[in-house]
Amino acid sequence: MRLEPIANPSLARRLTLPALAIVATILIASLLAMIAGGNPMAVLGQILIGAFGSKFALLETLNRATPLIFTGLAIAVAFRAKLWNIGAEAQLYAGAVVVAVLGTGALQLPAPALLTIMALAAMMAGAFLLLVPALLKTRLGVDEVVTTLLFNFIFLLFVSYLLEGPLKDPMGMGWPKSARLIPEARLPRIVDGLRLHWGFAIALIAAIIVWVVDAKTTLGFEMRAVGQNAEAARFAGIPVTKVILKTALLSGGLAALAGFSEVAGLKGSLTLDLSPGFGYTGIVVAMLALLHPLGVVVAALFVAAIFVGADSMSRAIGVPSYLADIMLATALLCMVLAILLTKFRVRRD
Amino acid sequence: MSGVESAHPVLRLQNITKRFGSVTANEAVTFDLAKGEVIALLGENGAGKTTLMNILFGQYTADEGTVTVFGNLLPPGNPRAALDAGVGMVHQHFTLAENLTVWENIVLGAQPLHAPRLRAGAAKAKIRALSEEFQLKVDPDAKIGALTVGERQRVEILKALYRDARILILDEPTAVLTPQETDALFATLRTAIDLGLSIVFISHKLHEVMAISNRVLVLRHGKLVAERATLDTDRAELSALMVGAETSAPDLAPATPGAALLTLCDLSTPSIGTAPGLRHANLALRAGQITGLAGVSGNGQAALSDLISGLVTPQSGQFEIAGNTVTTWSPRNAIGQGIARIPEDRHKTGTIADFDLTENTILETYATQFSKRGWMNWRKAKAHAESLIETYDVRCSGPDARIRLLSGGNMQKLILGRVLENAPRIILANQPVRGLDIGAVNYVHGRLAAARDAGAAVLLISEDLDEIMRLSDVIHVISDGRLSPEFVRGTMQPEQLGVWMAGDGFEGHDHAA
Repeated sequence: MRLEPIANPSLARRLTLPALAIVATILIASLLAMIAGGNPMAVLGQILIGAFGSKFALLETLNRATPLIFTGLAIAVAFRAKLWNIGAEAQLYAGAVVVAVLGTGALQLPAPALLTIMALAAMMAGAFLLLVPALLKTRLGVDEVVTTLLFNFIFLLFVSYLLEGPLKDPMGMGWPKSARLIPEARLPRIVDGLRLHWGFAIALIAAIIVWVVDAKTTLGFEMRAVGQNAEAARFAGIPVTKVILKTALLSGGLAALAGFSEVAGLKGSLTLDLSPGFGYTGIVVAMLALLHPLGVVVAALFVAAIFVGADSMSRAIGVPSYLADIMLATALLCMVLAILLTKFRVRRD
Repeated sequence: MSGVESAHPVLRLQNITKRFGSVTANEAVTFDLAKGEVIALLGENGAGKTTLMNILFGQYTADEGTVTVFGNLLPPGNPRAALDAGVGMVHQHFTLAENLTVWENIVLGAQPLHAPRLRAGAAKAKIRALSEEFQLKVDPDAKIGALTVGERQRVEILKALYRDARILILDEPTAVLTPQETDALFATLRTAIDLGLSIVFISHKLHEVMAISNRVLVLRHGKLVAERATLDTDRAELSALMVGAETSAPDLAPATPGAALLTLCDLSTPSIGTAPGLRHANLALRAGQITGLAGVSGNGQAALSDLISGLVTPQSGQFEIAGNTVTTWSPRNAIGQGIARIPEDRHKTGTIADFDLTENTILETYATQFSKRGWMNWRKAKAHAESLIETYDVRCSGPDARIRLLSGGNMQKLILGRVLENAPRIILANQPVRGLDIGAVNYVHGRLAAARDAGAAVLLISEDLDEIMRLSDVIHVISDGRLSPEFVRGTMQPEQLGVWMAGDGFEGHDHAA
């Protein structure tokens, strides 16, 4: 058995295979649900209801999708330029730390000004965090997979230190958490009375901006060229190093917005459990989206729905919510396989 | 079919047909190889020679047809079968492990690797005996990495002989050799014939085919179109058979050289991996003149090409363009100076495979001509691509097609269009026709000649001496990073250039320069 490249995969092939990947994911999940003692239809149905079945459930899903859109965009932008940013988790926390520093009373400004400054500062922090590995890569050839991955642990320990020390809430009864944000530093809800904050809208806008940059600007053209074939790009006069650094700034900044939006929009203070691995799940989101900025929104909603729905299903039926993790992993593997089969045909001989 | 009888052929290919999708790579190819015979398999790039050999070696399975070696049918699709039956292949691109020694490479795969230890003594003795017998001088204990290209080829041949190959298949064996090394190879092959081996010699170089073979088979578009006894034919007939028409070299009017547009004076560059950099090179590219650079591959052509492309900056020496000393240097500077660059590898360096034609045409000019304040003007870019496709006769489904779908010739036409459209002053053409069919070759050469007549300074780098001698007004030879003096068209015989290519002309010249 061997793989034969397909020169020009048809549109039908490119659309059917990812769809089949989702179907395969659902089938495998059903099987596992059965093994766990649940009725697969009931389990899947309950996941759907849990994710979309009520206004509350739907808003919960959208809230959960918000940080995933940001980290998914961050990863997609970087991966398209073949900059392997595994450090979105640290960049997210960098953004969150900046919000916790600026938003707890250090700056007294009207809400729009304060929020803008916080968002920009958060982006700069995240961008800086990825700039260091990017410089190490372009200057010294240090593998950014290693540096960005290890940065996650270093930075999380740093946040832990901050929460036990300088940023510790004096009124926090000893818990490692920051002080609460002042009201001006909170992202308002989109509609009064509904638990959905402006972070979601900003995430959608960010996705559209990234899409426009990608398709319509010279920077987008350069990033794609460098990602597809750096040697040809360099030969054609595209400043490859500069493009990689710009990509790093954009990617780090986007990931930091996830931290900004979670603290300022949802939580109101910084804790160590702010992110249950949004930075890593962002990789799954970006891959499921085939690195397309608008696809990231869809993929983030899909992933968020599985998580939110599985929690609710677990409460209702008793099948463990770990099913969500398995579904996600299965979806990723099926999608990777689908991508492979889009480009190659299996030949037996 | 022919006059050469082959009552007991050692190798028989019968009715081999292989299709890739709608493309037929081989169609009903049938031939016999007799004991002690040399068959030349002649054909252009893409004629189906390599596919045929891959079928023989089990890399591909033929759709129809059979392979018989010494009367035994080979099972299809089994790469070991041909080796075990006594067929040895010397590939165009060597398959040697650089960090191992000669004898280790030779026994690799011939002895079981799970044996407690390799029997070095016996192996080396056998290798020494073989190299004596076949005049293949090489030290069994030398590391491959330290060997020249010619020596590595000898190792490849020894590898086949070590496995008791009785049939040798050589795929373009002279592509990487100097004329002198080629002579040595031919001597070895004649010895092998005297010892009863049989040889299939794959080439598209006519004079070599005439020199070494008994019989010539001509492949064109996958079909065996002609078979001739070598004594009954000549180069003119073979070249006509190969391309299906008489080749017409471009009629070059005498050049009217103008001012030097690009000059190197005592210039050196860093080496690139194992390939040398330029060493104290002197060169002047004049307007209205094609300067040919001959040489065996890996002798500093890449260094010169990278320098002119803007990828490499000089280590020492003087570098001038149109009389001005170059201080800052990058690909973008080179493009800005009006240098058209046709890279050696159009797949890896010249184009981005998954970009469409539009994107590939604007790779060098998107910032200056097809965008404003950072916003791309895709409409203008697409119109530009459409006009290039039209002007340069690029066969494709349109500007939105991904460039990986184009044939080599059409890809090269697009690159030509991309760089020539800006009326360049200097043109760097590095192996511009490698792998192209004859139609595309004539097209590219015609365009280069036209650019010369329009006053451009052209540097043509090629490993094909025929191409260099046909097209160049003046010729330099490069060897180990050194440039020979300038030879005017028509004053040098190939053999004389071969002396320089082997590095033997430079003694006494280094001091004079």
